[in-house]
Amino acid sequence: MATLTLSTLDKNYGAFHAVKGIDLAVNDGEFVALVGPSGCGKSTTLRMIAGLEDITGGDIRIGDRVVNDLPPRDRNISMVFQSYALYPHMTVAENMGFSLKIAGRDTATIEAAVQEAARVLDIEPLLERRPAQLSGGQRQRVAMGRAIVRDPDVFLFDEPLSNLDAKLRGQMRTEIKQLHARLGATVVYVTHDQIEAMTLADRIVIMKDGLIEQVGTPDEVFNRPASRFVASFIGSPPMNMTEATVTGGALQLDDGTTLPLPPGFSPAEGRRVVLGLRPDDIYPEGHGIHSEDGHAVDIRELPVNLSEPLGNETLLFTELGGQSWTARMLNPRNLRRGEVLRFHIDLSRAHLFDAGTGHTLRS
Amino acid sequence: MDANKTARVRKRASAWALNVTLFIAMAIICLPGLWIVLNSLRPTVEIMAKPPIWIPRELSLQAYVDMFSGVGQGGIPVLEYFRNSVIIAVTSTVISLAVGMSGGYAFARYRFRAKSGWFLGLMLTRTVPGIALSLPLFFLYARVGLIDTHAGMILAYTALNVPFTIWLIDGFFRQVPRDLAEAAQIDGCTRWQAFWQVEFPLARPGIASAGIFAFLTSWNEFALASQLTRSTDSKTLPVGLLDYTAEFTIDWRGMCALAVVMIIPALLLTYAVQKHLVSGLTSGAIKG
Repeated sequence: MATLTLSTLDKNYGAFHAVKGIDLAVNDGEFVALVGPSGCGKSTTLRMIAGLEDITGGDIRIGDRVVNDLPPRDRNISMVFQSYALYPHMTVAENMGFSLKIAGRDTATIEAAVQEAARVLDIEPLLERRPAQLSGGQRQRVAMGRAIVRDPDVFLFDEPLSNLDAKLRGQMRTEIKQLHARLGATVVYVTHDQIEAMTLADRIVIMKDGLIEQVGTPDEVFNRPASRFVASFIGSPPMNMTEATVTGGALQLDDGTTLPLPPGFSPAEGRRVVLGLRPDDIYPEGHGIHSEDGHAVDIRELPVNLSEPLGNETLLFTELGGQSWTARMLNPRNLRRGEVLRFHIDLSRAHLFDAGTGHTLRS
Repeated sequence: MDANKTARVRKRASAWALNVTLFIAMAIICLPGLWIVLNSLRPTVEIMAKPPIWIPRELSLQAYVDMFSGVGQGGIPVLEYFRNSVIIAVTSTVISLAVGMSGGYAFARYRFRAKSGWFLGLMLTRTVPGIALSLPLFFLYARVGLIDTHAGMILAYTALNVPFTIWLIDGFFRQVPRDLAEAAQIDGCTRWQAFWQVEFPLARPGIASAGIFAFLTSWNEFALASQLTRSTDSKTLPVGLLDYTAEFTIDWRGMCALAVVMIIPALLLTYAVQKHLVSGLTSGAIKG
């Protein structure tokens, strides 16, 4: 295992600047997830680490080696592809042992390593099959087996679960997490699914337009988003956002409704800001998640326009300041359409961003 | 009669009708081949009989014995022709495959300037009938001294086959996902190893098909060969068939016997290569 360091890493495709000088240090044994929308540069970054894509500028270090121009085979990395990329003309055992065979290890060593990996992943009965005879989840396991057989410095995952159905995805997510706990490997995991990133990663790197928006633990990116983009990208359902103007020490929404300023923020008078509030932090009285102790809570009566029951909770769609807000109701009860409820708005957990730059106004 | 029974009878009847149609179609396809084999074994009188004699009355291998009995004893230099055919067909096939694999791989994997123009250009060469080239080629070869040489024939056949092999192999390499070669590189392969260990085995059905096609084209080609060859130094088997035509007569039996001698190696080769023709090898590489 080893550390991985990216310094001012750059990638141009002709005139298109795909990755714009990013810096990132991944610690030994750390699980880092790169997330972001399509085209944000996360996959390109991963492919540059793997050596499948030339870098335009900057440095990539694995451990204390600079690997900028090394071919993939000299980087001692493993990669799990989105498509799995299993060799269809080889059996599962041959697929998993391929890297060791190329490295010229003897048959007994290869067999032992393959057996061990198969045991860890619980795919021993599949070893003699070919990829075409496997289900999606089994192929996924074989792809991971191929990666762990060779004991690499860094594991790279390129959206490995996006081809699986929702149930299997949840199951494989748990297995990847257990595998990481067992192997203590350094992992870079690319995904566009923020839930995968939140559940798996020690630290999350949120990328947008070739730049890193924020690096932080799941808790940090969720509770202290550095920008409006991070706030809207992390969390499901997404954070409610509305523009407002700071007027007389309060927030005036565009239709004239006013809300108190969230504690901890002191924007200048007249400044245009974006108020962000997670659905968890606006809820009918008595149906909230968090404790309100010592919190600044604004209470107002709002109509429920639509509700989505999920069993343990119900998502409510209400209206405030002329726009729709999503609220979360824990321990739900049946509601009439259009019923007016007393909503608590927990302003202590609200976020303010600059309306122009989108940066957080938290100091 | 109830509806289920009617449907069942109809289904069975249509299956039979299909089988009968297939049998007739296959019979029509196979008949010429059968006729050639049959004619090589019976006297000319029977071959030329009208109405045709379907069931042979006497069979003999005389034509084959004569063929190999040497020039002057009613034979032809069949061994020389055979040797020429093998050398020319095999060499041109190997070269066509090598060029076809490189070209097909490049077209399937790399981006370069005027790629579609190049590809279209290659395909357009196939629209020119080979026979139309024979006269210009004859003049050219006469100038550079390639008439009646193996090299000349190999060159002509390679040029004839390369566009097709590139086109066919390109299609097969396109079906091999890029991820596989990348995975192989990450697993420790060089670019070259990744090609031979992963991409080549998966494109093998295409390469085998291209090989068979190129071989058969060269093996059977007559028009160009009849113009560009002169002697036993380079005459191929199809040209050798002409040895059975005299000024006023044609030895149909001998000609059919030589045709059988030509068909057998082609048949054996196709049989040997066909196990590589299994398609669908790439299934299971990626999400299926």
